[in-house]
Amino acid sequence: MAAAPDSAGTGKGLIGWIDARFPLTKLWKAHVSEYYAPKNFNFWYFFGALSLLVLVNQLVTGIFLTMSYKPSAADAFASVEYIMRDVEWGWLIRYMHTTGASAFFIVVYLHMFRALLYGSHRKPRELVWIFGCLIFLLLMAEAFMGYVLPWGNMSYWGAQVIVSLFSSLPVIGGTLVEWIRGDYNIADPTLNRFFALHVAALPLALVFLVIAHIMALHEVGSNNPDGIDIKKYKDANGHALDGIPFHPYYTVKDLLGTAGFLLLFAGVIFFAPNFFGLFLESPNFEPANPLQTPPDITPVWYFTPFYAMLRAIPSAFGTQVWGVMVMGAAVLILFFVPWLDRSPVRSIRYKGPIYKTMLALFSISFICLAVCGMKPPSGIYPILARFCTAMYFAFFLLMPWYTKIDSVKPVPERVTGHA
Amino acid sequence: MLKASVLITIGLLWTATAFADEGEIPLMHADTDIENIDSLQRGARNFMNDCSGCHSLKYLRYNRMATDLKIPESELAQNLIFTSAKPFEEVTTAMPAESADWFGKQPPDLTLMARERGTNYIYSYLHGFYADKTRPWGVNNLYLPSTAMPDVLYYRQGLQKPVYKNAPDPHGNAKMVLAGVEPMTPGSMKPEEYDEYVRDLVNFLDYAAEPIKATRQSMGIFVMLFLLVFFVFAYLLKKEYWKDVH
Repeated sequence: MAAAPDSAGTGKGLIGWIDARFPLTKLWKAHVSEYYAPKNFNFWYFFGALSLLVLVNQLVTGIFLTMSYKPSAADAFASVEYIMRDVEWGWLIRYMHTTGASAFFIVVYLHMFRALLYGSHRKPRELVWIFGCLIFLLLMAEAFMGYVLPWGNMSYWGAQVIVSLFSSLPVIGGTLVEWIRGDYNIADPTLNRFFALHVAALPLALVFLVIAHIMALHEVGSNNPDGIDIKKYKDANGHALDGIPFHPYYTVKDLLGTAGFLLLFAGVIFFAPNFFGLFLESPNFEPANPLQTPPDITPVWYFTPFYAMLRAIPSAFGTQVWGVMVMGAAVLILFFVPWLDRSPVRSIRYKGPIYKTMLALFSISFICLAVCGMKPPSGIYPILARFCTAMYFAFFLLMPWYTKIDSVKPVPERVTGHA
Repeated sequence: MLKASVLITIGLLWTATAFADEGEIPLMHADTDIENIDSLQRGARNFMNDCSGCHSLKYLRYNRMATDLKIPESELAQNLIFTSAKPFEEVTTAMPAESADWFGKQPPDLTLMARERGTNYIYSYLHGFYADKTRPWGVNNLYLPSTAMPDVLYYRQGLQKPVYKNAPDPHGNAKMVLAGVEPMTPGSMKPEEYDEYVRDLVNFLDYAAEPIKATRQSMGIFVMLFLLVFFVFAYLLKKEYWKDVH
C-alpha cells in the first residue's frame, strides 16, 4: 500500500487531492490505522466484526434476491423456487441469505453475551450499548418481515400469530392490527408492505445505527476482557501502552476470525442449508394456505426464547396482554443494564461468585427458553418456560442488589496478556 | 463455570426431551442416494408412469431434469413426457380442479414434498397402505390416517392388512391400537423389488425438490478445502503481524 501522508491535506497525488476536499486519510486514521484497541482481546471479540460481515452479506445477497423476487401473494412462493432453479447461482445467493439470517442472530447473541461477560455496557459505553440494543430490536423486526416474504405456510401463520399479538392491546388493538396488515387478514397488502420495510426502511435504519454504534465506540474506546481503562498509561506519543492500532493488528486477526466463521457458514450452506429444520423450516416448503395451519406453529429458532416467554404467561382478567407485555419487557429491559449493574468492577474476571452464578443461570434459562419455544406447550415445557422466564428477569431485576453485595477481586493496573 | 453451565443445560434439555417422547409409529428409512444417477433415472420413470397422471411437479422443467439426470432429449420426448408439454415446460398434470370432488382434495403438487415432509416420510407412506373397508377407496394409511389417496401401487406391492396390539389406557382397560401392517395378497413385485422401486421414486422426488442438491454437496467439498487453506494462511499472517505485540 502507498504510504499515507502524515496529516490530511498536505499529501501528494490522488490521495492528497482527495484529502484536500474530503477527510479520507483523517477518517482512515481515526477509525482504522490509528484507532488504538486494547491488545488483550480474546475469542469473544470476534463477534463484533463478524456481525458487520454478516450485515454486508445480507445487504449484498438481499439486493440480488430482490432482482428476481416478486412481492405478491400470488407470485412470491413461485418466484422463490424460480430463484432456486432458474436464476444463475440463485440457490447460493438465497442460501447465503437464509443462513445469514440465522448466523446474524448467532453472532449478535454472542456479541451481546460478551458485553455481559466483560461489562462492556458500563460507563462510559452506555450509548454504545443502547445503540446496540436498538440494532437488536430492529434486527428482530427485519428478520420477522423477511421470514414472511417466501410466503410459505409457516411464513403465513407466523405472521398471523405475531401480528395478532397487537390485538391484545386494550382499546386500539383491533384497529392497530388492521392498520399493520392493511387488510382484514394477512394478505397481499401485508406482504407488499413487509417487503418495502424489509428491503428499504429497516436496512437503512440498521446501517445508520451500526454507524452510530461504531462512532460511539470509537469516541470512548473499546473495553477489554479485564474491563480496565487502557488510557491511564500512555507512551510519549500519547498512545495507550496497552493499545495497538486496529490496523494491521486487528484487521489480520479478524481475517482469521472471518476464515473460521466462513468455514462454518459454508458448511451449513453447502451441506445442511435447512440445518435440521431450524434455519429453513419444513412447513415453509408448502405455499401459504389460509385454510390450514402447519402441525405446530413455531417461530424460527432465534425468536423462540421470547416466544416461550409469551406463552409462559397465562391470560388473566380475560386478556392475553400480559404475555405480550412480558415479551416486550424481556427486550426493553436490556436497555437498562448499564444502570442495573452496580459492581465496582466491569469484567467477570474480577467479579464475585454471585454474578458468575447469575450469569450462568441466565444463560441456561435463555437456552432452555429457546427449546421450550420450539416444542408444543405440553408436558414439562410450560412449567420449565415459566421457571426460566422468572430466572431471565431475576438476572436483570436483582442485578442492582447482587452486584453491590458481591465480593470483588482487585483489578490489575495494566491488561493481563494477549491472545 | 462455563463448562458446568453447558453440562447442566444439556442435562435439563435431555430430561425435557425424554418427557416429550410419545409412542408414534416410527418412520422407515428411505436410504436414498442423490448422487446415484441410475436410481434417479429409474425414479423419474416410476414417477412419470405411476404418479404423473394425478400429481404435478410444477417447479421442475422436463429439460432441466433430462440434463441433470443425463437423459437424452429423444428418450425424454418418447418415454417420459406423456402430456402435450414442450421439453422446456414444467411437469404439469391434466388433473382438473374438480378432482377435489372425487378425492376430497386435489392431488397435491409433489415438487417440494421431499423437503416438506422428508424422504423417510414418503418412503414410509408408500409402504403404509392397508385394507380398510370404512374408507372410500377401501384403503387407509399407517402414516397418514384417513388419507384421501387410493392405493395406486397395490398391483405392484399387493394389499396389506393392519396389525393391532393391545395398549391399555391409563385406567388399565384393554385398548387396541394400530401397530403396523403385514402382507395380505401378493403383488407383481417381491417385497425387495418394491422397496427398490419406492426408493428410486423417493430419490427422484428428493432431486425434484432441490435439483442443485448433488452439485451443491460436491461443490461444497472444494469450497471447504479452499477455506481451510485460507484459514491456514490467515493464521500465519496473524502470527507474523502479532510477533511484535508483547
